[in-house]
Amino acid sequence: MHSNVVPLLELIRKTSTDLPEDVRKALLKALEEEQKNTVSEYALKIMQRNIDLAKGKSQPLCQDTGSILFYIKTPIGFDQKAFEEEIKEAVSLATDKGYLRQNSVDSLTGKNSGNNLGPGTPTIYFEQHSHDYLDIRLILKGGGCENVGAQYSLPDTTLGAGRDMKGIQKVILDCVTKAQGRGCSPGILGVIIGGDRSTSYSASKKLFLRTIDDVNPEENLKELEESLLKEANETNIGPMGFGGKTTLLGVKLGVLNRLPASFFVTVSYMCWSYRRQGIILNNKSEIEKWLY
Amino acid sequence: MAVLEPHKFTLPLTEKDVRSLKKGDLVFLSGIIYTGRDAVHKYLYEGHEPPISLENAVIYHCGPVVLKEDNIWRVTAAGPTTSIREEPYQATLIEKFKLKAVIGKGGMGEKTAKACRDFGCVYLHAIGGAAQVYAEHIISVKNVYLREEFGDPEAIWELEVKDFPVVVVIPAS
Ligand code: SF4
Repeated sequence: MHSNVVPLLELIRKTSTDLPEDVRKALLKALEEEQKNTVSEYALKIMQRNIDLAKGKSQPLCQDTGSILFYIKTPIGFDQKAFEEEIKEAVSLATDKGYLRQNSVDSLTGKNSGNNLGPGTPTIYFEQHSHDYLDIRLILKGGGCENVGAQYSLPDTTLGAGRDMKGIQKVILDCVTKAQGRGCSPGILGVIIGGDRSTSYSASKKLFLRTIDDVNPEENLKELEESLLKEANETNIGPMGFGGKTTLLGVKLGVLNRLPASFFVTVSYMCWSYRRQGIILNNKSEIEKWLY
Repeated sequence: MAVLEPHKFTLPLTEKDVRSLKKGDLVFLSGIIYTGRDAVHKYLYEGHEPPISLENAVIYHCGPVVLKEDNIWRVTAAGPTTSIREEPYQATLIEKFKLKAVIGKGGMGEKTAKACRDFGCVYLHAIGGAAQVYAEHIISVKNVYLREEFGDPEAIWELEVKDFPVVVVIPAS
């Protein structure tokens, strides 16, 4: 019983304290490209130091350990209910050990549950795959960057954005401009074009499972990702809004079908403290592989 | 080649120190600072007297993670929190306590900016997410106030810092 709790706890620990390789690389590149002897370069250096310290001390990268989002693929016929209980146990243990901050607050009374468990927390998405192992991925997404996410309904007359590529581009850049440094830039965007109000937001976060350096297989989306990244980095918002060359580290786009009457563009913003990890767990509850 | 020279200060700051700072300056602070976030700001704004003198003090918008080991408090994570939530209260506190600096992230509004100009205070931006770096610059926890009332993250922590790195975003002059 509960033999999965230990590897799940290790997954949470690593996610909260150690940034994945692709994120480190992107931040290092930003540091190299930033104008020397500026506060922006200095901010990027502090981020580097923070990454090393957190890993070395096995302590959270950021004190806001964020929303806890699990994405799990299970073998067909797998007992999801039992596994959910194990996840909750691991989350509560990780909170006790300080890998997660007490981050689950009753929205009416303001009372903190103290163990990160409560209605809607943690968030767990299950799907099935035809393998005999578990593919478990975890994203920790902070509140500061969550607050600067935005959903647009096209046409947007205030922004002059129609239901076309130009309109899509316009609203996405509007989100970046409004966010300034408040989402702890340099950030990463997850953008869904289409869907309804809820499917689009959850799909936009799921895009954060992609690595920063991966390439969108859809040619037109790939081009849009590249041009949005380029334009965002020309805004001179820069790290923490101090000005500079890197405002975003990456842009990830996805498309969902929509109703003829609706046209949503939904943007989730992930801060530089882009905490994402994953494991392959075999049926003996052993971690076979780290996924990032 | 230009070198980014930090302006180093030992606290408390004088009005002259504060007025010498420009937007974009890098500042290293050493001395005593006090954390305060939503609960503390509302409490003081409503007219309660602070448990310690905040005259000329530096306030840090931060809900630190603090552990007690062998009866000694130790800060393990202490990055800034979003400042704009204190906008309704900040100007009043700057005036009342002659605060010399407010540290946080994300900037503040016009009311705070005006209080900074009128009363000689500066808003300093810490690097968001750098919880471990800031914890390293906190050399000791001197005391904690209002912990019973507000809990750990919302209490007033009296912290001794060394070369605490921040950037001027709202200057006094
Ligand atoms: S937005 Fe900033 S403060 Fe919030 S989790 Fe991310 S790095 Fe931390």
